[in-house]
Amino acid sequence: MPETARRERFEQTVLPHLDAAYNLARWLTRNDQDAQDVTQEACLRAFRFFDGYQGGNMRAWLLTIVRNTCYTWLHQNRAPGSAEVFDEEIHSAESPAGADPEIQILASADKETLRRALEQLPDIFREVLVLRELEGMSYKEIADVASVSLGTVMSRLARARTRLRQSLVAALGKES
Amino acid sequence: MSCELTQRFVSGYLDGELDLVRTIEMETHLKNCAVCSRELENQQALRDALRRGSLAYAAPAALRERIQSSLNASTRDVPKRTRSWSTLPIWQWAAAFAVLAVCSVTAWQFAAGVHTPSNDQRIAAEVFASHVRSLEANHLMDVASTDQHTVKPWFDGKLDFSPPVEDLASDGYPLVGGRLDYLQGREVAALVYQRRKHFINVFVWPDGSGLSLARAVESRQGYNLMRWSRSGFQFWAASDISAPDLAEFVRLLEIRVSP
Repeated sequence: MPETARRERFEQTVLPHLDAAYNLARWLTRNDQDAQDVTQEACLRAFRFFDGYQGGNMRAWLLTIVRNTCYTWLHQNRAPGSAEVFDEEIHSAESPAGADPEIQILASADKETLRRALEQLPDIFREVLVLRELEGMSYKEIADVASVSLGTVMSRLARARTRLRQSLVAALGKES
Repeated sequence: MSCELTQRFVSGYLDGELDLVRTIEMETHLKNCAVCSRELENQQALRDALRRGSLAYAAPAALRERIQSSLNASTRDVPKRTRSWSTLPIWQWAAAFAVLAVCSVTAWQFAAGVHTPSNDQRIAAEVFASHVRSLEANHLMDVASTDQHTVKPWFDGKLDFSPPVEDLASDGYPLVGGRLDYLQGREVAALVYQRRKHFINVFVWPDGSGLSLARAVESRQGYNLMRWSRSGFQFWAASDISAPDLAEFVRLLEIRVSP
């Protein structure tokens, strides 16, 4: 395929998913400028690999590349010691203490509090929540993007939600 | 099913990702257990809060331009342009994009050895381009309403036919609006449905060809297309939701529109 035709086809198929790509990068890097750099890098990588794209779910294909680019970037740029080592067993999810007003607390959560709570979750939990709740992806799609099994997607999402609730209750329960 | 198991699977239940047997077990348990029902309500409250918060970030326009120009720079046989893409206003860019989409789709078909694309393939290319354009150019809806009794009359006087308008909110595919579109050299109705964050465009116009059952026309770059005819209308649905989800949506819509 001539280069221009290849580029045009790439733009036509990939750019419609640019918002999803940036959104994932933005949540994983937690910073606009870094997210822009990572998204651009991921798009150029996707362009190089484009001949290997066999059709199918373009959004999942692109987000897989974005995710890999993000983790490479985080690995290189995160200050030593700040890497979030997360032991799923130690932190195994416990339901938040069954405080009755939890439902009211969650219903009152404002955007800024939600954003902060989500940003503070470990990467592996944040990414599944972003893919599920903000991108509306199925477990199968999330499993493809994150290269894990369906069972892992289900258990990570359950834990991610429990932790997010705990953190929202802790942040907002104090105020009320 | 025990409370412990129920609480472990309640998140998957909320996402509709459990198998049928486990779903039934969950529902039986939830009916009889106040603690687990409250857990489900809390999970729902969290989901509602996340959706209400509209936390997704949109790509900045500058990023789009940067990617565009680095792609330009990385392709060698680009003819020199008198105007750079990045200086074009967004609507011109979108129009150019649509033309490009149709051209390259056509080119692709010829390259694939299809010398005379069938009528369906020609329509598919137009439907695909219209769908992408409606999302790209920020022109998804002329009338935004979840009420079919607002959307349907809106088309009166704008089209020479009255399209069937059905809401599928109770099935998880709410109607969110409509707009006029242009396909096959004529004005058509485009109805917009939503599935979570994804949009489904349903294009409708009259055709005399009678009943034909829904079938997937093709899946192209993450988008799925389906077509069917009913009640003297031809329908095309385009979306980036999965092929099974789209088929389910079409099945539900077919039931609502009487034959």
